[in-house]
Amino acid sequence: MKRRDFLKNTTTGIVIPSVFGSMGLKALSSSPLVSALMGSVETDNVLVLINLSGGNDGLNTVIPLNYLSELNKVRPHVILPDDSLLPLNNSEVALHPAMTGFRDLYNEGRLQIIQNVGYPDQDFSHFRSTDIWLSGADADQVLNTGWAGRYAENEYPNYPADYPNETVPDPLALEIGYSSSLLFQGSVTPMGMVIQDPDDFYELIEEVDSPAPGTNAGEQLEYIRLIKRQSNAYGTVLKNTSEKGTNAVEYDEDNTLAQMLKIVARLISGGLKTRLYLIEHGGFDTHDSQVDGSDHTQGEHATLLAQLSDAVHTFMRDLDALGISDRVSGATISEFGRRIISNASLGTDHGAAAPLFLFGNHVSGGVVGDNPEIPDDAMYDDNLEWKVDFRAVYASLFSQWFCVPQDDISQIFLNNFDPISIIKTDQCKMTSTREDTQRAGKELLSVFPNRSFDLVSAEFESDGDIVFLSLKDVAGRNIKQLTRHKYAKGRHNIRFDISDLAAGVYYIHFQQKNLRQAKPVIRL
Amino acid sequence: MNKSIKLKAQEDRKVFFEKFMPDYKRFDHEANKIVAPFKVRATVNAGLEPYAGPWGDQQIAHLLKRTLVGLTKEELNTAKSMTREQLVELLLTPTQKPDPPVNDYNNPDEGIEDPEIPFGQPWITGTNNIESDVQGQRVVSLKAWWLKNLITPSMSIHEKMIFFWHNHLAIEFWGVFSGTWLYEYLDKMRTHALGNFKSLMRAITIDRAMLIYLNGFLNNKFAPDENFARELQELFCIGKNADPHYTEGDVQMAAKILTGWTINYDDPQMGRVFFPPWHDESDKQFSSFYGNRLIRGRSGPGAGDAELDELLDMIFDHQETALFICRKLYRFFVYTDIDPTTEIEVIEPLAQIMRDNNYEITPVLRSLFNSAHFFDQANYGVAIKSPMDFLLGLWRTLDLKIPESYGLTENFAVNVSTYYIMGGLGIELGDPPNVAGFPAWYQLPSYDRLWITTSTIAPRGLHTDSMVYWGLWNMIEPITMDVLAFAKKMDNPEDPNALIDEILLLVHGIPLTEVQKQNLKNALLTGQADSYWTEAWNAYINDPNDEMKRSNIENRLKWTLQLILQQAECQLT
Repeated sequence: MKRRDFLKNTTTGIVIPSVFGSMGLKALSSSPLVSALMGSVETDNVLVLINLSGGNDGLNTVIPLNYLSELNKVRPHVILPDDSLLPLNNSEVALHPAMTGFRDLYNEGRLQIIQNVGYPDQDFSHFRSTDIWLSGADADQVLNTGWAGRYAENEYPNYPADYPNETVPDPLALEIGYSSSLLFQGSVTPMGMVIQDPDDFYELIEEVDSPAPGTNAGEQLEYIRLIKRQSNAYGTVLKNTSEKGTNAVEYDEDNTLAQMLKIVARLISGGLKTRLYLIEHGGFDTHDSQVDGSDHTQGEHATLLAQLSDAVHTFMRDLDALGISDRVSGATISEFGRRIISNASLGTDHGAAAPLFLFGNHVSGGVVGDNPEIPDDAMYDDNLEWKVDFRAVYASLFSQWFCVPQDDISQIFLNNFDPISIIKTDQCKMTSTREDTQRAGKELLSVFPNRSFDLVSAEFESDGDIVFLSLKDVAGRNIKQLTRHKYAKGRHNIRFDISDLAAGVYYIHFQQKNLRQAKPVIRL
Repeated sequence: MNKSIKLKAQEDRKVFFEKFMPDYKRFDHEANKIVAPFKVRATVNAGLEPYAGPWGDQQIAHLLKRTLVGLTKEELNTAKSMTREQLVELLLTPTQKPDPPVNDYNNPDEGIEDPEIPFGQPWITGTNNIESDVQGQRVVSLKAWWLKNLITPSMSIHEKMIFFWHNHLAIEFWGVFSGTWLYEYLDKMRTHALGNFKSLMRAITIDRAMLIYLNGFLNNKFAPDENFARELQELFCIGKNADPHYTEGDVQMAAKILTGWTINYDDPQMGRVFFPPWHDESDKQFSSFYGNRLIRGRSGPGAGDAELDELLDMIFDHQETALFICRKLYRFFVYTDIDPTTEIEVIEPLAQIMRDNNYEITPVLRSLFNSAHFFDQANYGVAIKSPMDFLLGLWRTLDLKIPESYGLTENFAVNVSTYYIMGGLGIELGDPPNVAGFPAWYQLPSYDRLWITTSTIAPRGLHTDSMVYWGLWNMIEPITMDVLAFAKKMDNPEDPNALIDEILLLVHGIPLTEVQKQNLKNALLTGQADSYWTEAWNAYINDPNDEMKRSNIENRLKWTLQLILQQAECQLT
């Protein structure tokens, strides 16, 4: 076995034989919820995010053709031969030779490249910069929610109380893999679900209803119980949807990204109404061996880009054949690009701005933005400057693809960013209406007005026990404790003053036993 | 309200928050920011003063669960005869070094044969320049060996500390891909796990596996590679808490100091060498963060050692280093969330102990595990079990056994299988996702909640169901626990209430409510009175070969254990 085969054999790739005996496999419940789902085939628009984690080398991915001689000079260790590049029509850029799939999508007008995406005051730590990209924070700001989590919270404000329900029977967001990322984190709970394989679902025994202690351990317990309930509730839905769905083309068995996109395609074709998907495609931290010494068109980076390009190309062809490609758009994420100059280890070190990819039938296509400037005397410390804030890209996607109103966009991204034209006009058609999704679930808390200079009123529903109501800022920091008393069963109202707060977005948090809900309020 | 009254009210409120809501000004040390609690723990005011409260089952179990990989009934019994100080000393005693891993992977049927090392012989003396398939086998063999060490009975924190250091000074085994070098790396972890942090850092800085993993072996004066130099400061010693922060310049200077340490590929043993022609001999100027320290450039064969010593002296002279590692220890062994009170009452004094003892590790652990803070009620059951604590911990607690008849090949196969299963739950032994280690020990705000997702909670339940009913999967034959032997180990198995309580103490993090206990008793008694169980148990003990009497007990125990192990409380420790 060679190294690559071994790598493939590590546990992410290994299939542990199923041990579902007669004991293990339970009959799937045929709840009204599941049958309601089986009736629908239409889904809302879908956004698939692919995280190129590690920091993708933009200059070897989208090559600025007007700087070839400079590039040959400053990055000799990784430079791609000029004649190997894949030039793109009507542009001054070429793609890495491994990216034929992306080239084809570009020619079909289904791939868009945005140049120089980044943010002010680039942080060079993987971990911090990843948090910045996934939370949508400024470089000097810490947020403990993700921008997609805040979007989901804005769209489904009552989640997770009484979810799933008939209006929203499916997970709000899906991450394929093992662990959840900051991207889908909401202010009270993760808004997404993590799955490895929807077909491999094991139903857990329901626990007796008994309140968790009001301690920190009790909080952990509530979290675990929530995930158990979600696993059961959504696991059933996903398994049914996956069985109903199908794929129309073959996906490369050795391409793990392709295998994950295959699951996404099958779920969408099965009618899953989930709008957000996140898939990890890791390994881009190419400090060394980015290219093979003897042939720069080969190497780790070439393999990763080929997997990306092939997988997305296959995915789009599958969606075409299934007749659902009009409903899917995709975008890449990567915590940073890499240095302008290369290093002697045939690699590149942590950098700053980089190109970002968007794909789908309705993206505007082409290359947006000028090529980055490559000085022929670039020094080790020199980095590509950002021209487009990454938050502007995702904010534009939400407004142009998910029809999110502009006021809500500012609230989700905690700032105003100049929109970029990404989606062709009038493509944000949704089958489910915002009115319905905003009402779905159980409203435990409502806040009025939700934009105010001073007075705000919070109405909440008590079951007779102690209610904790607090005001927190976007970092989750407790600003005010609004109440901590027993309230008789029924609806109650508390008024309070926010005039002493700085302008910005805040959240009112409601908690009673294991029920939690948060609603935003904006201090104008 | 007139303006001055309003201002006064605001001032009062500020005072109020600072006084009564300590989390208002919460500081996250990894993130270098005031941030918010995802989960706010009630403030624990107890500090490092020796714990003086009751000393009973609950306290002993808490200490053992946090320091060992799971705990067994036998270990609990042993601990009960000891004082707290005696028990802590026992736990801090290093274990005997296990025999090195041997060739247990030769498999003629599959065409696998190590050309150098015969079957059954240690392979760590093997060379590195043989075809890669054998290296792959050795890496797997090393992982299986490590897994076996983790489940080998011992009442020492040693194995857990080795894992702690691996998670802290992380490398990826598949990336390094040399059995011998990886064994060396792990062996250094073992040698220094309960020794000295600074000595460990020095050993690992020029460890062959680390030189490969973070490109140190390519770091030379012509094209410095700052990968290791960055992580040395960001992830290993300083963190990003201090303000002002170390600078990008400090990263580059440290990289220059480390130029020249490489692997000698001309030597058949591929030893680690210091190669003077690659060393940057210029003076290295550090920022004000390090007191504007200038490390003089040197030349010749001793330059590497001399400059490395000075670099580590500079880093370990900085206040932040002891604070940083003490926070990491605290997060690993106590609780992920460090509030200002904990920072002042626990972290700062621990860091002082560490500095006073020249970075010796055991004085810090001794103080922590004897402290009133560690035994505060708020810390019981507040951590979520890592896949290691969950899978291997339950393996030990439930006493799963590899059949004694199994030879080397079969033992290897079973341990590899368990390693696969643990990988599926989120810890592939030896292969964290990246150099920062496993995210549950650093990723804000979720921390250990990252272990529990919709993708891992059902498999956790599947695996415990498997242990109880049809056997935990492996490549030979599934291994099932012996529920009868397990119940017999309890002090009062004939008493259904005592039996359930004793089992819960071993596997659950926090006590159950009466409603929940009643639910378990319903499973055990199937609606009968307590005396029914006592009679049935005694009947079985008096006539163990009677199939009916045995299965009567066994079935009820299995139903009950399945429920216990699937409960959310079983995820806490």
